[in-house]
Amino acid sequence: MNQTQGRVTGINANLVKVEFAGAVRQNEIAYLHQGKNRLKSEVIRIQGNQAEMQVFEDTRGLQVGDRASFTGELLSVELGPGLLGQIFDGLQNPLEVLAAKKGLFTPKGFEVPKLDQKKRWDYTPVAEMGQRLKGGQALGAVPEMAFVHQIFVPYSWQGAWELVWVARAGAYSLKEPIARLKNSQGQEREAFLSFSWPVKRPIQAFKQRLRPTEPMITQIRLIDCFFPVAKGGTYCIPGPFGAGKTVLQQLTSRYAGVDVVLIAACGERANEVVETIKEFPLLKDPKRGTSLMERTIIICNTSSMPVAARESSVYTAVTLAEHYRQMGLDVLLLADSTSRWAQALRERSGRLEEIPGEEAFPAYLESVIAAFYERAGRVELENDQTGSVTIGGTVSPAGGNFEEPVTKATLKVVGAFHALSRERSDARKFPAIHPLESWTRYQGILPGSEREEILSLLRRAQVVEEMMKVVGEEGTSLEDFILYLKGEFFEQVFLQQNAFDLVDAATSQERQIYGIQLAQEVLQAKFAFQTKDPARSLFHRLRQAFVDYNSTPWEKEKIEPLVERIGGLIDEGVGNEGEI
Amino acid sequence: MKAKFNRIQKILGNVVMVRAEGVSYGELALIRSKEGESLSEVIRIEKEEVSLQVFAGSAGIGTHDEVEFLGSGMKVPFSAHLVGRIFDGKGTPRDGGPALTDQLIEVGGPCLNPVTRLLPSKMIHTHIPMIDLFNSLVEAQKISIFSSSGEPHNEVMARIALQAEVDLIVLGGMGLRYDDYLFFKEQLEESGALSRSILFIHTAQNPVVEALKVPDLCLAVAENFALQGKRVLCLLTDMTNFCDALKEVSIIMEQIPANRGYPGDLYSQLAKRYEKAAAFDGAGSVTLLSVTTMPGGDVTHPVPDNTGYITEGQYYLNKGRIEPFGSLSRLKQLVNKHTRQDHRAIMDVMIQLYAKSQETMEKRSMGFRMSEWDQRLLAYGEAFEAELMSLKLDLTLEKALDHSWALLARFFNQEETGLQSELVQRFWPMPAAKQG
Repeated sequence: MNQTQGRVTGINANLVKVEFAGAVRQNEIAYLHQGKNRLKSEVIRIQGNQAEMQVFEDTRGLQVGDRASFTGELLSVELGPGLLGQIFDGLQNPLEVLAAKKGLFTPKGFEVPKLDQKKRWDYTPVAEMGQRLKGGQALGAVPEMAFVHQIFVPYSWQGAWELVWVARAGAYSLKEPIARLKNSQGQEREAFLSFSWPVKRPIQAFKQRLRPTEPMITQIRLIDCFFPVAKGGTYCIPGPFGAGKTVLQQLTSRYAGVDVVLIAACGERANEVVETIKEFPLLKDPKRGTSLMERTIIICNTSSMPVAARESSVYTAVTLAEHYRQMGLDVLLLADSTSRWAQALRERSGRLEEIPGEEAFPAYLESVIAAFYERAGRVELENDQTGSVTIGGTVSPAGGNFEEPVTKATLKVVGAFHALSRERSDARKFPAIHPLESWTRYQGILPGSEREEILSLLRRAQVVEEMMKVVGEEGTSLEDFILYLKGEFFEQVFLQQNAFDLVDAATSQERQIYGIQLAQEVLQAKFAFQTKDPARSLFHRLRQAFVDYNSTPWEKEKIEPLVERIGGLIDEGVGNEGEI
Repeated sequence: MKAKFNRIQKILGNVVMVRAEGVSYGELALIRSKEGESLSEVIRIEKEEVSLQVFAGSAGIGTHDEVEFLGSGMKVPFSAHLVGRIFDGKGTPRDGGPALTDQLIEVGGPCLNPVTRLLPSKMIHTHIPMIDLFNSLVEAQKISIFSSSGEPHNEVMARIALQAEVDLIVLGGMGLRYDDYLFFKEQLEESGALSRSILFIHTAQNPVVEALKVPDLCLAVAENFALQGKRVLCLLTDMTNFCDALKEVSIIMEQIPANRGYPGDLYSQLAKRYEKAAAFDGAGSVTLLSVTTMPGGDVTHPVPDNTGYITEGQYYLNKGRIEPFGSLSRLKQLVNKHTRQDHRAIMDVMIQLYAKSQETMEKRSMGFRMSEWDQRLLAYGEAFEAELMSLKLDLTLEKALDHSWALLARFFNQEETGLQSELVQRFWPMPAAKQG
């Protein structure tokens, strides 16, 4: 094939100008040849015979006049078995393979196959000779970890294709054909276990989109009961640094009740990814009992890795998520942090000298963010199964101020908002999600009326707390003071969780409902105190008992004595008129 | 081959534009003017027009001066002879010793493959309770001291450097006051630590742009020693000056500023440096401790803000004390689970109670009557400040933990702390003498 060629004419950090002869497509991949190195780059603007490219590598050493060769392909990922349990960079280079070949540092201008080309997979065909199939319909399946990885007709194949040859069940590598299909024009093509798909285009091979209704259990009480997220929904976690965004994401990736989890570590610290890589193989998948790594894919483009690849990493991640959704699975994509991705857009836009929008972010920031979150959703597939992609993105607002462009654009399009507050994390409250500032549009495990009732109590308790700062404790009525104590109690024993206590870190749905009822007994009790000090003392003891309950394993004989202790304390508070 | 050109077209601030061919991006060039030679780096190429950032500033450079391209990017000599030496921001000796030219290594080298990193897990003991107990320093961590003008950040940094058990100290100074440079030098000399230190010092009297290379030089040297198995502590003070130098260059290059004049890639520029902190499999480690002064004491200023998102924790320096509040560094949580069973729990409880005592103090200042509970909180707050927060203290972690329990027992009863019963039973000092 005749490839378009060009020459480098200008270099400004990772933005390179190339003069070309021939045809060039927007977002096409090209390689810049710097000596023996081939630097991967993507066309982002074309003017006349000059293309501007963002380079996915360090451009130091590049010279004017260096050769560029265009590939005609868009930036794509390879979809097929072997994705699960892997750690990829933003361009789907398997980092462990790179490390085995090139050692400690990421080499420049060096690529390896995205998926293992040698490994043989146990293939079983399901489609039969003569069957007419569309892109996205199953040809067969291979077992991958604890899942059945379905092998589809490539999503990009247009129209209907008749199956004219089917490989026998057996072991195949990704290079060996497993079927041959013919379309109405008589064109014949071979299908393999894997195929490629451009990352910036959503996979649309489904019947229809459904409303996200079923809650995704995260085992974090504050989220599941008060600010739930539905499977196929979207949510964002904005928060200043040090407010615990990453800890929250890590816990969600561990305990979320979904099939597959994609972690897109986008422009964040490498050590956080390392922690996941080292710990996940040792932890158990809460749904299947297999190793947690077997349901996880990590896309890792940490902050010191090339900025251009950071921009593509979130698309790589969401494309892989969509692929597993096509198999009828529930997939959760955690993107940490979407602000870094937006900053990558800003850096690029600045170098292109585009007219800047607010805080120098490009004017198209909002539509880019909206389009990304819109790739989440619950869908009904061609085979009547349903699958979902849930997207949870953290936002790192500059200065912790939610009035900045990325937070604002994200809030417009997501279904739930978990507002992290510095104030709460400073006071060592975990999760530091603010119960009065956050919101959700999804229905969780708690009936709406009960949820509203408790939130209203918290709101009133906060009003009392604010008042107390002005009028002092002695100026507060006993009734209000008890309300304040109730709010504080609920906050401390239910909304807060000890992320490092093995039991308290994750609370099952059943236990959450039980815990709410137990706490409700305290919230609804009509306490009969004469003065404030005995009230405070009783609530201290109640809290103590509840903290012990929270860290006690969910076994009847261990829980019961604690529940009795709590019941006894409530009785003491209700009937203690004249005592103490 | 060294190419020479003498067609300087534009001189804008510290950036010089020259017509040249065959130039690589990131290459160094020497400009020979009447004033002498000055070093510069290629920061943009547009056809034949090459933009050079002149480290010593463009003062005195003429249109017909000779520009010689050196054929490679910034390099630094790397050998055992570096130890004990002091250099400036260009890597030339400052201490009168001989220039080193052997074994040149590239600065700003490639990025570490994340999967090859080791998880930081070893605590570095400093014997400062506010650090060891409340915000442990971890080997291979990157952490910044958030400070304001007038705070003793350099003193704190020096103290940590001298007490920390590491093999090598690499100190990078950017825009350092000369007094502070002398202070560091004296401290290192007096304690005998200079013989295991390497200094790259750019002082406030040097051209601003020269500060830009200091972190890269330090980190390149630190990384290479770490790869040889050394545990290296890299100190960078003050990163705000580095950012200001970045700002200056980007504005001259007509980049669209993102926030208060700082370039849009400030985060990436900082991350590229801070991420060099790492623990290497089968070798040593680089721990990075920096100073970030917050202009106007404002933590939302772009420099501390971006730094906060990049570093793993901060030490907030306020009125000569490290504040107990602040970031929930993930790393700290990784190491303090291995220290002593009560470390985490007591750390949280002490801070929660201290936060309450601060609130109570506000109430008192507004003239409210103090309840018995308020009185105890206030007394606790005072004791906490004097007996744990002071930077003069020199306590082992074990002693600091024991002392924390003693403080709790002095002012509170067991239920009031909200600690798990199991811990209370094990660690609560006996007899529980309340109100000492």
